[in-house]
Formats: sequence, structure tokens, C-alpha cells
Amino acid sequence: MYVEMRRINKTFDGFQASKDVNFGVYKGQLAALLGPSGSGKTTILRMIAGLDRPDSGDILINGNRVNDIPGSKRGIGFVFQNYALFRYMTVADNIAFGLEVQKKSKKEIKDRVEELLELVSMQDLGKRYPNQLSGGQRQRVAFARALAPDPQLLLLDEPFAAIDAKVRRELRTWLKQMIGRVGVTSIFVTHDQEEAVEVADTIIITNQGRIEQIGTPEEVCRYPQTEFVKDFVDAERFEALMAIKKNGNNRCQNSPFCGTIN
Amino acid sequence: MKDQIEHSYEQDIVGDDIYSIRKVIEPHRDDVDHVMKYVLIGIAAVFLSVMLIMPLAVVILNALRDGWQAYREAVLDEYTVKALQLTLLATVCAVAVNTAFGLFASYLLSKFYFRGRQVLASLIDIPFSISPVIAGLVFILTFGKIGWMGDFLKAHNIKIVFAVPGVILVTIFVTFPFVFRELFPVMNAQGKDEEEAAALMGAGGLMIFRRITFPHIKWALVYGVVLCTARAMGEFGAVSVISGHLRGKTNTLPLHVEILYNEFNTTAAFAVSSILVIMAVIILIIRSFIERKRKI
Repeated sequence: MYVEMRRINKTFDGFQASKDVNFGVYKGQLAALLGPSGSGKTTILRMIAGLDRPDSGDILINGNRVNDIPGSKRGIGFVFQNYALFRYMTVADNIAFGLEVQKKSKKEIKDRVEELLELVSMQDLGKRYPNQLSGGQRQRVAFARALAPDPQLLLLDEPFAAIDAKVRRELRTWLKQMIGRVGVTSIFVTHDQEEAVEVADTIIITNQGRIEQIGTPEEVCRYPQTEFVKDFVDAERFEALMAIKKNGNNRCQNSPFCGTIN
Repeated sequence: MKDQIEHSYEQDIVGDDIYSIRKVIEPHRDDVDHVMKYVLIGIAAVFLSVMLIMPLAVVILNALRDGWQAYREAVLDEYTVKALQLTLLATVCAVAVNTAFGLFASYLLSKFYFRGRQVLASLIDIPFSISPVIAGLVFILTFGKIGWMGDFLKAHNIKIVFAVPGVILVTIFVTFPFVFRELFPVMNAQGKDEEEAAALMGAGGLMIFRRITFPHIKWALVYGVVLCTARAMGEFGAVSVISGHLRGKTNTLPLHVEILYNEFNTTAAFAVSSILVIMAVIILIIRSFIERKRKI
């Protein structure tokens, strides 16, 4: 297990956001925290990042208990829901920020920024400011910025929520490929089943602060273990998605969901 | 031709290769709108003339009524210069203290959540709702002979009431919320995502403030300082109560104006007033300059 949550509890002003949360994510995996809004998925992500502290329980990264280690020393990259790009810095400066903090040499920073701009195919946009970019471009910058200090774990909070529905699908494929290429263990939060099924290797379903089920997309969709999962996950839709995946491109046959998915 | 809709195109270059074409369409107006517009402009013009321009003209004209020489004498009078110095001192102190305080308070209240946050935010506004005269009285009752701290201050030979420290303290009190009020909404709207992102990358508090928070609040801060300066220079009520009107010692410019006026020395009173008017105009110019900057 690369990341492990053991018996985590967290309460905000009397509201219990996490109830006895246990799960683990293997190295190199891409996991989705899936659940309705208010189910505690973002809280889990923020606790792994060190932005919030659990009331009880242990958080382990690479076998070490990190509860008392500040987020900046946990070797993580974080992509915020609306990206939180530094609006008074250029794209290149945004990506360079984490490296500057680490006091890397000028040349090292320059090379790394160029490498990342190339990775997200934004070589020509390094001098732009965030408000001069489209939603998709912003997401790419946020992704590059999170990866710049070479984190071992990438956390993404609703990475597609701020993006136009039309390009969301394209970006999902892109992000999955990117994460695969970089090979970084990743956990992302989503409330969209389709997103989770399409992008993640493992899905962790949350409800009212609890973990309902953990498994591959296939497992949670075909074999729901609780009433909640059964209701929440749309099995027919899953089959339609699988059909699309099988057929490679977006041609799907004999499925009533073709229209809604594409 | 007037009724026709006019189009004009404006090209706007952002960065080096984005072109956006803005289409500006003049709104369609009929005659009723036209009449209405000029009536409203007329009312505004009359109102402004009577309420603002005329009084200002009166100040300047009366100041120069007895000629340039008399004006110079009044302005360069020993007591006037002393009063000006005290006003500037009190203003600088108030601005410095309230800027520091406003920064810390708005940072605290916008970036951290804790019990009593709302109460604290309301408490800061107290000077807005308390009459300055009462503020002055409160300070006399706190630091004066019969006050809670009177014995302590006397034992340590510290004079606050009827002395310069008192003038500075009440000026700080009266202008307390200005910087905070400008900064708080801006910082609140910014959220704390960017700060959290920077912190997660290992940036320290100072670096986060310098690179992330400050560029965002820069103009709001300057604006708050300008408003605070204007208010501090013009403060009368609270200072009047606590100063004891000691000429050349605890008199600020507004107090000095009052004294001159009560002595039927109208020309001098207006001449000294004109100093305040000129300072106010300078502040006004800075203010409108900043407002334009902030919109960009």
C-alpha cells in the first residue's frame, strides 16, 4: 500500500465528515473517491494533503505515519477544484513556484518548466496569465504545477468540475494518459460515476462520511455490496460505458445510452 | 441619423497574439430618455454647486480676502505651523498603526475560521458607529485623572489626556476600521486556495504574503490608507475633547481653525482651512487615480 487511511475520524463544528475511514491505494494506481456531495470525499483528500487534520486515526504514506508532518513535506502534488492558479504570476512562474521554494538553481528551474510545458503541450503559452487561458488550459497548468516538484502522490479535487461539459470527456482521456505516462500514484475526487469508471483503476465509494465499497469499476458496478452502492451506481450506464471502451472509439452499438454519453 | 444604431469596433490586444474584437453598440434612446438625462444632470449640477463647490469657493475667496500677504502670514504663523505638524504626526501614527492592524485583522478574519469570528469583525466597526465626541470622552474617562488608569499613569509620570499622546490615540481610534474595511472584502473574496496551494509547495508565511496575498490586495490597501489619511487629518470632535486646546501644544489644524474663527479672525481661519482643503484635494486626486488603477 502506498497510501493508507486507518480508522480516520474527523468532525467539523459538530458535523462528522469522516467516520472510521479505512482504505489503501497501491503504488502507481489511479484511484477515485466517488460519492454524492457532502459525503466526505474532499475531506479525505484534504487530510491526506495535510490541509486538514484528522481527529483520530493514522494516515500513512509509503509506510510512514504522516499525521504530524506538514503537507509540504509529504511529497504530494495537489490540484485544487478551481485550480487555484496564482493569478498574478505567468503560467511559467506558476509552474516554477514550487521549485523556487525548494531553492533549485535557475537553470534547473528553467529546464524543468520547459519540460512540463512541453508535457502539457503549452510551450508557447508560458508568458500568459491564468485569466488569459481557457478552462482546459488552466487545468493543464494546474496539473503541470502540481507535478513540477516531482511528487510521489498526486491529489486532484474534482479536476473536471470547472470545465465545460463538451471538453470534459476529452480532458479525462488526456489526464488518464498523462498520469499513466508520469507514473505517479494518484487519487482524485469526483461525484460523477462516469468520470470515475472511465478514469480510475480503483473506485472508493463514500457516503455520509463512511466508505461504502472499494473495488475496480467493474466490481463496484456489477457487484454492489451495500444498498447505497446499488442505488448510487447506475449499472446499465456502466455496461454502456464498457461497451464504448471495448469498441475503442466513440462508436457504440445497441445501447440506449449512446446519446447521453457522447 | 441619431436613431440609427451605431457600431464601432475596437481591437484589443492581450499578450502578444490574442485579438478580441469588442462590439460596442450605442443604446437606442428616444426623446423622453433624452429630456430625463438633462434634467438629472441639471439637478446634480445644482446640488453639487450649492453643497460642495460654493463652500469651497467661499473658503478660498475668504482666505485671500485681505490679500496674499495676510494669507501668507496666517499660514506661516507659528501656531499654525505647530498645528500642522501635530496634525501630520497624528495622521502618520494613525495610518501606520491602522495599516498594520488592518492587515493582520483582515488576514486573520478572512483566512482562518474560528469561534467568535463574526463578533470580532463587528467589534472592529465600533468607531464607525460611535460619535467622535463620545470617543474623546471615553479616552478621558479611561486615561484621565479620575479614570481607571489615572493613578497608574500618574505614578509613572505619563501624560495622555490634554497632551499629544491623547491626540494620537483618539485619532487612531476614530480611523480604526478604515484599512480593515477596505482589505477584508478583497481578501475574503480571494479565498484561501492560492495560499493553501503555495503552502503545500512549502512556501513560508512571508513568501506567501509577498507573492500571493499582497499583489491581490495592493490597491485596496493603498485606497484604505488614503481614506484613513483623509479622515485622520480632518478629525475634530474626539480631538477637541481630549486635547484641552493648548495652543502650540495640542492643537491640530481643525482645532486651530475653530479657535481663530471664535476670535473673529476670519481671514486667518479661512487661510488655515485652505491648507486642509488643499490636502483634501490632493487626496482626492490620488484616490481617483487609484480607483482607475483598481478597475484594470
